[in-house]
Amino acid sequence: MRALLTSKWTKVAVFLLCLVPLGALIWRALHNGLGANPVEFIQLTTGRWTLRFLIITLCITPFRKLLNLPDLIRFRRALGLFAFFYVCLHFLTYLGPDQSFDLAAIWKDVAKRPFITVGFLGFLLLVPLAMTSTRGWIRRLGGKRWQMLHRAIYFAAVAGVIHYYWKVKSDVRMPLFYGALVAILLLWRLWGWLSRRRSEVPAKLSSEGARADAAR
Amino acid sequence: MLIRKAPELTYADVTPKSVYLDRRRFLRAMGIVGATAVTAKGLFDLALPPQVVSAATKFTSLVNSPFSTSEKQNSYEDVTHYNNFYEFGTDKSDPAKNAKNFNTSGWTVSVEGEVAKARKFTMDEILKLAPLEERIYRHRCVEAWSIVVPWIGFSFSSLIKLVEPTPKAQFVAFQSYYDSRQMPAGRWAGIEFPYVEGLRLDEAMNPLTLLCVGMYGESLPNQDGAPVRMVIPWKYGFKSIKSLVKIKFQQKMPPTTWNLAASNEYGFYSNVNPGVDHPRWSQAKERRLGEIFKRPTLMFNGYSDQVASLYNGMDLKKNY
Repeated sequence: MRALLTSKWTKVAVFLLCLVPLGALIWRALHNGLGANPVEFIQLTTGRWTLRFLIITLCITPFRKLLNLPDLIRFRRALGLFAFFYVCLHFLTYLGPDQSFDLAAIWKDVAKRPFITVGFLGFLLLVPLAMTSTRGWIRRLGGKRWQMLHRAIYFAAVAGVIHYYWKVKSDVRMPLFYGALVAILLLWRLWGWLSRRRSEVPAKLSSEGARADAAR
Repeated sequence: MLIRKAPELTYADVTPKSVYLDRRRFLRAMGIVGATAVTAKGLFDLALPPQVVSAATKFTSLVNSPFSTSEKQNSYEDVTHYNNFYEFGTDKSDPAKNAKNFNTSGWTVSVEGEVAKARKFTMDEILKLAPLEERIYRHRCVEAWSIVVPWIGFSFSSLIKLVEPTPKAQFVAFQSYYDSRQMPAGRWAGIEFPYVEGLRLDEAMNPLTLLCVGMYGESLPNQDGAPVRMVIPWKYGFKSIKSLVKIKFQQKMPPTTWNLAASNEYGFYSNVNPGVDHPRWSQAKERRLGEIFKRPTLMFNGYSDQVASLYNGMDLKKNY
């Protein structure tokens, strides 16, 4: 398993796999398969893949720990960047076909409609993460600060789910499904954080106690 | 000894007539294209919507209507494979898939309430009620997409005059057919069924209000509201109720399905109005199917001349 995960070819395979949704869209576009409303089809597809890639990216850490596969970390950056890639396509369909690149109208729409606002916020949150995804930026920011910054993905995923939930008219099954996945992934982290804190607090107290003992 | 019965064939197993008639060409094509292509096609069929073979009856000698637009009509394929009919599922490709075997035989429409001549109409009676016209209307969905459809039918007022509403009748309530066994996907729609809609009597009397029995020269396909539906072109699409079974004349404003589901988003009137946005999206523009960029939405969907006077003195921001 380790050999497989650390192989250069696995990385290439994952990269190509991440391009499959785009490939499928292009294939459909060339074969009249985008349906009666191609723009909407592309918008929905790229939006869903953004959420899926965010969720897959959020799976890396729990899977590393629970399955004892630390090498999964090798794929996290690519997966996160693909989430950003698909959200860019998603955003472009909004800027172009929906709003005809009319910046004034876009600004009004973003400010006026909560469903657009929250989607736009989610997109904005991902921009600095994509920009600082390089090794150089990790060094420049320092591991701790870089990690803090990249926790913004939690909020981006939540924003994405709310955006989807507010978009549908009445059948909320799909947004709720994605919402449940994001909730599980975030609760797992919260639970880990809480139990770490609980085990740290007594340790701190006992070390203070020890210091007090030593002073006495 | 256990004697196993062969599995019974259902109507779904019947080879579509067009395929049957075309079997020689089909076999020839098979030979040319080869087995690999067939396998590939099988895989890609999973990704692409299948063709529906419809058993529609053709209408001949249709009257042309002065209400028809000369705008470019959308394709039959688009109108039959991209639409909302939540009883058959909430994805716009669902109705075409799930309404295939919808049984509309023995259909009747019951007219009741504040009328002198309450009665039931069979489909034959409806088809003979007035000369059938072709009306090419713009159709604007509340989701900000639009189509141009050549509907077939006649002014709903013809039926109204026949049943003679009493002076108490001020509204007309409509009800769709609902059968959870034939429409199992409806369970997940998130709205209540049977679907109900309504009009003010003067709106219902307006000559544009169409009792519709067909489109594109044929009877209505199942997924577009067979066998009989309403078409009210100056209102958002959801007002044009499908698969109509009951019409009730009454004094009170009737409840309407989308208003019951979200009253802040969908009002009783729901006239197409670019100046009044849906709380979650703009109604100023729409995407005509087949176009990439959005076009401006017209007041009353471009039917102001015929219907604006119905709403004189009304605040359309409040009565959305």
